[in-house]
Amino acid sequence: MSGFIPVRVTDIRQVTPVIREVSLQSLGTALPKFSAGSHIQVLLPNGKRNAYSLLSDPLDTRHYRIAVRHQENSRGGSRYVHEQLQVGDELRIAPPANLFPLHNEAHLHILLAAGIGITPFMPYCTELLRRGAPFELHYAYRNCISDAYVAQLRDLLGERLHCYDSPQRRLDLKHVLSNRPLGSHVYACGPQRLLDDLHQQAASLGWSDSRIHSEAFSAAQSGQPFSVQLLRSRQQLNVSADQSLLEALEAAGVEVPNLCRGGVCGQCQTGYLQGDVEHRDHFLSPDEKAASLMPCVSRGCGQPLLLDL
Amino acid sequence: MSLTFKPVGSYHQDFSFRNSEEAIQRFPFPFPEDQYMYSVNLEPATSRNPGSIFEHCFDIDEHYRSEMVERNRVLERDPRRCLVMPHMQTAAWDTLAMLMEHLSQDYPQWFALSRDGDQWQWQNHALGIDQRFTYGDADTLPCEPLEYIGRQVQGDFALLDQREGDLFMDAGIVTCPADWSLAFDAGMSFKQWHSPVPMAHQMGVFDRALKYLVNIQVGQPVRRLNWTLTINPRLDTSPETFHEWGSDRASITPGNVGSLVHLRVELQVMARLPRSNALMFSIRTYLISMDELVTQPAWAQRLHRVLRDLPDAIADYKGMTLYRQTLVDWLSQFDSQA
Ligand code: FES
Repeated sequence: MSGFIPVRVTDIRQVTPVIREVSLQSLGTALPKFSAGSHIQVLLPNGKRNAYSLLSDPLDTRHYRIAVRHQENSRGGSRYVHEQLQVGDELRIAPPANLFPLHNEAHLHILLAAGIGITPFMPYCTELLRRGAPFELHYAYRNCISDAYVAQLRDLLGERLHCYDSPQRRLDLKHVLSNRPLGSHVYACGPQRLLDDLHQQAASLGWSDSRIHSEAFSAAQSGQPFSVQLLRSRQQLNVSADQSLLEALEAAGVEVPNLCRGGVCGQCQTGYLQGDVEHRDHFLSPDEKAASLMPCVSRGCGQPLLLDL
Repeated sequence: MSLTFKPVGSYHQDFSFRNSEEAIQRFPFPFPEDQYMYSVNLEPATSRNPGSIFEHCFDIDEHYRSEMVERNRVLERDPRRCLVMPHMQTAAWDTLAMLMEHLSQDYPQWFALSRDGDQWQWQNHALGIDQRFTYGDADTLPCEPLEYIGRQVQGDFALLDQREGDLFMDAGIVTCPADWSLAFDAGMSFKQWHSPVPMAHQMGVFDRALKYLVNIQVGQPVRRLNWTLTINPRLDTSPETFHEWGSDRASITPGNVGSLVHLRVELQVMARLPRSNALMFSIRTYLISMDELVTQPAWAQRLHRVLRDLPDAIADYKGMTLYRQTLVDWLSQFDSQA
């Protein structure tokens, strides 16, 4: 992982009762350029480290903006942002990485957002408008709770925006996916349930997988405390209930490559030789799970873990 | 180390290209062992060994002016050596920005960049260029952005669009290829354009390499060395001009092998372009004649052993079968154990 970037919080806005927008400015030179769909990792003073999509204009390298939803079962990351983070605070971030890029050859881009899943689509819209590319945004939310940026998007997109204010109006995937031209690509960001429905519906309508792109906004969830042993560095670590295994490793100075910190990118794959694992990722195949785990989300349970680290 | 440029030498007809003593010293001799086998020899492209070709991301050396003259000559004859598909415009501008930023930072005595929003000014003292333009507006440059910057930087550039977990060669400026053609490979996927390479497919080299490449992140470029042999210091060995150089291979004799046969080493750097998410594949070529190479005894001995023991399929692919024995015999005089 190349160097972390020191930033200062320059603005905090309550966008909805459960969503806060945070603006970050570099303390040094300009921030790195990025492509639409990129995320950054934010290192909070309480030791928590989460990935958030960038929602600012990719051309703006003076500020980054992210939006954080207050999670009920927060391990302390989103709670910290909502309850403690102040304008003027200094944080560190990892440089942007893109696990959810635009498909440059699509003839029509169909964007599906649910709730806080709107964030990667904010720069998508800016970028697609700039390119003059055909696209439409389907946005499902709960009015006055998770309806971030609806007014702004309506101004920006006009007829390209389709709103689904649940429970009054539901997003009908079959309707959205039917009778689309061959070069259409669909992008979805939302809870795992939406993504599963999308894949199922798309498959039954004959869409090939290569035209479907999705990003789950999963992050580590808390669980039971457990302990691990590291084979090569001969260390023993205790992982607390609201800490991820990856965070515990990092706190002990063991660097493991990682990007999404949500169990999807595959970067943090780590071998284990003994122990019981509660697998919580969306990356490993059932076979691979016998010898590998994703420490960003998965946890030990039962027999103590011995990691190949 | 201060960088100075040699008077223009040529890479065709009279082949007046020569390396200075310093250029020989910093030549990237590519063999870490006495044997050669394919491997995914990728490493992080971090700066090391000041003065070496690994110091800067984009190496400029004494042949800068000669190579830019050669680039112009080849492009004039065949404009299709530069190609940018419509969806690669952002990647082309990304490339221009990355190259201008690096060159002005790494070689401030030769290049300068000043920016005010999208109003940019670029100065190239080596070629006497002072250009103001609007970033993102190709009409404010004398030509398309990739061609514009490509005519001012040594090495070839392929820009790979990343989609569906694969890489596609959808743009590039390629005037000094080691027997491959941008026009032919345009639009191809990673495995398609590598299909002629023998043995490596079976070894799974390309599967592993592709997985690695699609995961390269902004600010974390990687590099590797590749090599082949070329007759004469000819940079443009492309299929399009095969009729001009193909028969050279039959002309090697014990008397001319030292001056005609050149080791050709490519420094390949792969970097993620930040705005487009495309992958830049830069191929910087270094040439050294056998006469120049054997001034370094350790290199001469090792090259003898590598070429003597090279599997035939690889020798064939690299086009050296016709003169390999002549070369190995000649090199054996520098190998104490031969
Ligand atoms: S960091 Fe992406 S899967 Fe763990």
